[in-house]
Amino acid sequence: MKDINIEDKEREFQAKIDADIKIEPNDWMPDEYRKTLVRQISQHAHSEIVGMLPEGNWITRAPNLRRKAVLLAKVQDEAGHGLYLYSAVETLGADREKTIDDLNSGVAKYSSIFNYPTLTWADMGTIGWLVDGAAIMNQVPLCRCSYGPYARAMVRVCKEESFHQRQGFEIVMKLAGGTPEQKALAQDSLNRWWWPALMMFGPNDADSKHTAQSMKWKIKRSTNDELRQQFIDVTVPQAEMIGLKIPDNDLKWNEERQSYDFGEINWDEFMNVVKGNGPCNKERVDARRNAKENGAWVREAANAYAVKSKMRKAS
Amino acid sequence: MLTICNIFNMSTNEWPLWEVFIRSKQGLSHKHVGSLRAADADMAIDNARDVYTRRSEGISIWVVESKLISASDPKEMDSLFEPADSKVYRHPTFYDVPDGISHM
Repeated sequence: MKDINIEDKEREFQAKIDADIKIEPNDWMPDEYRKTLVRQISQHAHSEIVGMLPEGNWITRAPNLRRKAVLLAKVQDEAGHGLYLYSAVETLGADREKTIDDLNSGVAKYSSIFNYPTLTWADMGTIGWLVDGAAIMNQVPLCRCSYGPYARAMVRVCKEESFHQRQGFEIVMKLAGGTPEQKALAQDSLNRWWWPALMMFGPNDADSKHTAQSMKWKIKRSTNDELRQQFIDVTVPQAEMIGLKIPDNDLKWNEERQSYDFGEINWDEFMNVVKGNGPCNKERVDARRNAKENGAWVREAANAYAVKSKMRKAS
Repeated sequence: MLTICNIFNMSTNEWPLWEVFIRSKQGLSHKHVGSLRAADADMAIDNARDVYTRRSEGISIWVVESKLISASDPKEMDSLFEPADSKVYRHPTFYDVPDGISHM
């Protein structure tokens, strides 16, 4: 019996995608589709895990017990999101431990936003409001991604992210409505995070090498520029409402487009941080590596305990 | 017969992979929600509570080691399920019921 040739399989695969039939782990898929998903989902998982670090920085210094409990719950959610995603990437045949080791050795990428430091409490607010806000903008379309396990993980993640954004906005709103010092803290934080948040959507469409194929495979459902514009359009009125100024002198409502025009993003800065030269790249990767190394004895003890209890049950 | 994950990695010191099923409330069946790694079943249940039920999504958890699940092969989907496709008379809509007949 002759194998159906690869072009027929690819045609059949694309027809399924076009008909909005989800792809599941055991289904045939082109190698490149698998590779693209492994790269995207593992980077996404790493971002959730590394994303715990800038906020973890403030758990012990939260201004009151309510804020502390909320921040703890939020950071715990990020761990959960990382775990949903590592599971999803395993369904594609990726080795979980190797995936994590790629992060720890600096080979794998994660969202550049987490390479910026969290200097003040206001940053906890701004991260929730802008960084989680941008993440939601990116992730909502991924709930309709063609790969079933990724789409299902995204549904869970999106449900949880909206709490993250609201708790962040609440912090910023409170500061913005507080003393002049508190308001200045909120404005300073917005000034530092605004542009890196816009960079989270990735390079301009013209420079994004994966966009076209990913759109065809419905791994991606909207382009970087579309999502960035959408984010700006919803966020600017929120800032105005609480009396903060977006740090962009070119920001202007465009009546014709019914959208905001905005200034040029500093892509050199973006590329520099992606390449590993951001303020915290080394600190973040070191923290992950230390976590793995210092936790090794716990994993070994759990294994030893599992073996022992199995033997006890058998006897 | 396949396992549910086609290409299986068995690196030596990695904890086994577990599939997690959650019953959201009494009266509903357990539903697959995802997977996780744990050293043994007890740890898998504890981890599943933290990973999959942080917002009261469940009242009961099942875990089973992924390698113990057998799955049908998607390549054989057509031949496996075709017998049902050809038996439309199993559906009530196959039958004509004249106007005026009710409660049927």
